[in-house]
Amino acid sequence: MTFKKKSLVKKIKNFTINFGPQHPAAHGVLRLILELKGEVIQRAEPHIGLLHRGTEKLIEYKNYIQALPYFDRLDYVSMMSQEHSYCLAVEKLFNSKIPKRAQYIRVLFAEITRILNHLLSVGCHAMDVGAMTPFLWAFEEREKLMEFYERISGARMHAAYFRPGGVYLDLPKGLLADIYIFIEQFNLRLIEIEDMLTENRIWKQRLVDIGVVSAKDAYDWGFSGVMLRGSGIHWDLRKSQPYEVYSEVDFDIPVGQNGDCYDRYLVRIAEMRESMKIIEQCLNQMPNGPIKSNDNKLTPPSRQEMKQSMESLIHHFKMYTQSFTIPANETYVGTEAPKGEFGVYLVSNGTNRPYRCKIKAPGFSHLQALDHMSKGHMIADVVTIIGTQDIVFGEVDR
Amino acid sequence: MFQNSIIIENFKNISKVCPIKKIQFYNSEITLIVQTKYILEILLFFKNHFLCQFKILTCISGVDYPKSQYRFAIVYDLLSVRYNTRLKIKIFTFELASVFSVTNVFSAAGWFESEIWDMFGVFFKNHSNLKRILTDYGFQGYPLRKDFPLSGFIEMRYNETQKRVINESIELSQEYRTFNFLSPWEN
Repeated sequence: MTFKKKSLVKKIKNFTINFGPQHPAAHGVLRLILELKGEVIQRAEPHIGLLHRGTEKLIEYKNYIQALPYFDRLDYVSMMSQEHSYCLAVEKLFNSKIPKRAQYIRVLFAEITRILNHLLSVGCHAMDVGAMTPFLWAFEEREKLMEFYERISGARMHAAYFRPGGVYLDLPKGLLADIYIFIEQFNLRLIEIEDMLTENRIWKQRLVDIGVVSAKDAYDWGFSGVMLRGSGIHWDLRKSQPYEVYSEVDFDIPVGQNGDCYDRYLVRIAEMRESMKIIEQCLNQMPNGPIKSNDNKLTPPSRQEMKQSMESLIHHFKMYTQSFTIPANETYVGTEAPKGEFGVYLVSNGTNRPYRCKIKAPGFSHLQALDHMSKGHMIADVVTIIGTQDIVFGEVDR
Repeated sequence: MFQNSIIIENFKNISKVCPIKKIQFYNSEITLIVQTKYILEILLFFKNHFLCQFKILTCISGVDYPKSQYRFAIVYDLLSVRYNTRLKIKIFTFELASVFSVTNVFSAAGWFESEIWDMFGVFFKNHSNLKRILTDYGFQGYPLRKDFPLSGFIEMRYNETQKRVINESIELSQEYRTFNFLSPWEN
């Protein structure tokens, strides 16, 4: 009895599995269709939109002030950075300058937000890969930072603190001193987190040479922020197109070399150090003065004025019922949010509501390249790559 | 800050070889309006021209102007890391026409074009995977068009007898009120 050789070799089809949308490593509601050959990824197709809330459409139906809080809720781990882009866009269309103190406060809180975001990103990434402890440490520090948020705005996360024309309120007494104390002890926490991870053998085995993106590919896929700098491109909007007072503070841009997940982790850690440097300079250089522009068309009167003068009361009432109008124009403003370039393309048409507000979220471009980054890797590496991209679905789905 | 001056100098020469309809400047922002059929060539040109090098496609946005004949504006935001400059390239189109996909020039364009197809219903030719990216599976209509109501047409709920989530046409106890005037007390 003989076997025909042909019948012995069976054709094996690729195996397709569904990853998510309810999966702890999916960072929210990512649904991935993975096509596997054994354990190797052939194709990864992200299905997004499960958290789509129609923010852009809603903004078209709100006036300029009412549209602001939507920006907190896009990327819900770097809230104020997004308000920042929107405020700068409105101010650019309105042709308004904001006072120095407001600019320093904005930079101070933009950098606090950056630490807030990177702590979550590094912490969750470590937990996805298997290290539980840094995650707990990071969340303890995050809680302290959210306390600062709470002290200036009353809300732990969705602050709505940056307003067109400045910031909402002046800093409460003693806040700057407490931020200084935080910075001093945070340095130690950061060293501890690094002790756990940077030279950790398992961490390096999971991250080094995983998800390598060349500089050319990073350009091609429209990367920004850490994803671009990890691939060795020296590009940071805070340096190259400085807004607010970033030109007056001294900081460096950490850049990776290999473009793998490990380099991006190192860039994030180094960026937290740089943020601490910026925060310390902001504390030292914080000027006195008004915290919103004196352009009465753009900013409401202070609470105190409102209680004493009838004109201010009328002004306040008109401000919050009618908002301000912006003549027909359009602009694109991008800022260096922790995840990358967060842009707002704002089209005004002479009314008190935006005609169109396109939100350019960095995560959208990054997630698009997931297929490119994970091709040929093992299935466990997909988790690493999602972690390194620092995906938050609030901004990807909008 | 920006090295726009070099680019602006070049535009005089570039406009001789490129079919550019209009150049707009605002606050150091440059917008070029070009013909829809040349978009692929124009983007290829700006990506690879030595004095432009707009290597990054930041985003593609759509805007709906329902009153004009070419109702959709599609805006390509480009970024040149080499010259530290941004550039907006704008084209106009309407429902029945289609636009060439630029995924061969910038891979990043894929999802942005899908998003515009999803939100505005502008069709992109030669796109490898044009799908409804943000809306629900089986969604109908184009939500960011100005004639699409904010509340939408359908609502979802869990049906106890059928034991599954069902779609129904929306029922509002009060019609959604839009205030299309500037001030509540004038007129």
